[in-house]
Amino acid sequence: MSKSDTFSWFHFSSPQTFYPLAGTLQPWFAALAFLLCAVGLYIGFFVAPTDAQQGESYRIIFIHVPAAWMSMFLYLVMGFWSGIGLVLNTRLSSMMATALAPTGALFTFIALWTGALWGKPTWGTWWVWDARLTSELILLFLYIGFMALQAAIDDQRRADKAGAVLALVGVINIPIIYFSVQWWSTLHQGASVNMKSAPTMATTMLVGMLIMALGFWMYGIAATLARVRCVILERERHTDWVAAEIGRQT
Amino acid sequence: MKPRHKRFVLVGVGVAGLAISAGLVLSAFQKNLVFFYTPTQVAANEAPVGKSFRIGGLVEKGSVKREADGVSVQFVVTDTAKRIPVTYRGILPDLFREGKGVVTQGKLGPDGLFRAEEVLAKHDENYMPPEAQHALDQATAKTAAQSVVASPKGQ
Repeated sequence: MSKSDTFSWFHFSSPQTFYPLAGTLQPWFAALAFLLCAVGLYIGFFVAPTDAQQGESYRIIFIHVPAAWMSMFLYLVMGFWSGIGLVLNTRLSSMMATALAPTGALFTFIALWTGALWGKPTWGTWWVWDARLTSELILLFLYIGFMALQAAIDDQRRADKAGAVLALVGVINIPIIYFSVQWWSTLHQGASVNMKSAPTMATTMLVGMLIMALGFWMYGIAATLARVRCVILERERHTDWVAAEIGRQT
Repeated sequence: MKPRHKRFVLVGVGVAGLAISAGLVLSAFQKNLVFFYTPTQVAANEAPVGKSFRIGGLVEKGSVKREADGVSVQFVVTDTAKRIPVTYRGILPDLFREGKGVVTQGKLGPDGLFRAEEVLAKHDENYMPPEAQHALDQATAKTAAQSVVASPKGQ
């Protein structure tokens, strides 16, 4: 058996081999995302009971909390790939970070927007400058800053490096967002779901929210895979295999 | 040391340094990041004097009084240790209820009356159907009744 026959994860660290793999996986994740979100929304709107305190307005939780979770999680993933790219100089890692940023920014925006829509009827205000809301807004600026910085530098390797440093610096913000409701007195309530104690939610509500979170996760993977394929084609456009690939597709 | 390992150490040291500095900055900001003061803190003169600030706590049960004009309301914010009377003119949020959380911004008068400019409801992280809430309320009432019955014996 020759050396190239043994399976290795590093086999897929080359953009050329990852491109078709991402293409094969992407529709499956997209289908899973669609299915899970459909089930999650059905449970959220038709099965889950009305909340004793907030009535129907609490139902925005089925979008708000999964979006907020994904906004933080995708940033950690982006920070991870940025760190790998910085240390190992692997091209695909930087491409992954680039591909993750817009989806992360989208989830952050959704979390902030649905939070405002939820805050008005329950708290009585669209926005307050409390620690939780402010740190989540900073997360949105970090995502936008990362994309802007990468776009502003022409030399791709320098752009990746600058973006990676910014992404890694910004990782500090994630525990601040997560623990803000414990560390400081905030208007935002504490976490209903955490590692230390049982969730303080009715079971059907919790199931609906977790399914939505899973659906958003699958969407995040599907969107990132689709985008990383575009990034690969764009950055490797001078290579023979991309020319062959484009020739094959058109 | 290979360049790759060198970069790994550099990145690691950089991130650790940032984490430490962020921790120091946050601990320095600890006081200023407070969104509201509790009535106990206000009683201990920790709240700013003459300036607008927020107090947070529970709306004391049975303290909400509406004036004849329909928009003015008086209530008491308590943290079960200290209490602050509040007067407010305006629309209250839907979740403003007696016994529930509230955050209100305004100025504390020399008479000890807090003149609110804004009243926000602070709800908790518990979500349950009305039936579950009803069962919970009944259980609390039952234990409260039992403790009332039990306490004379203990004396």
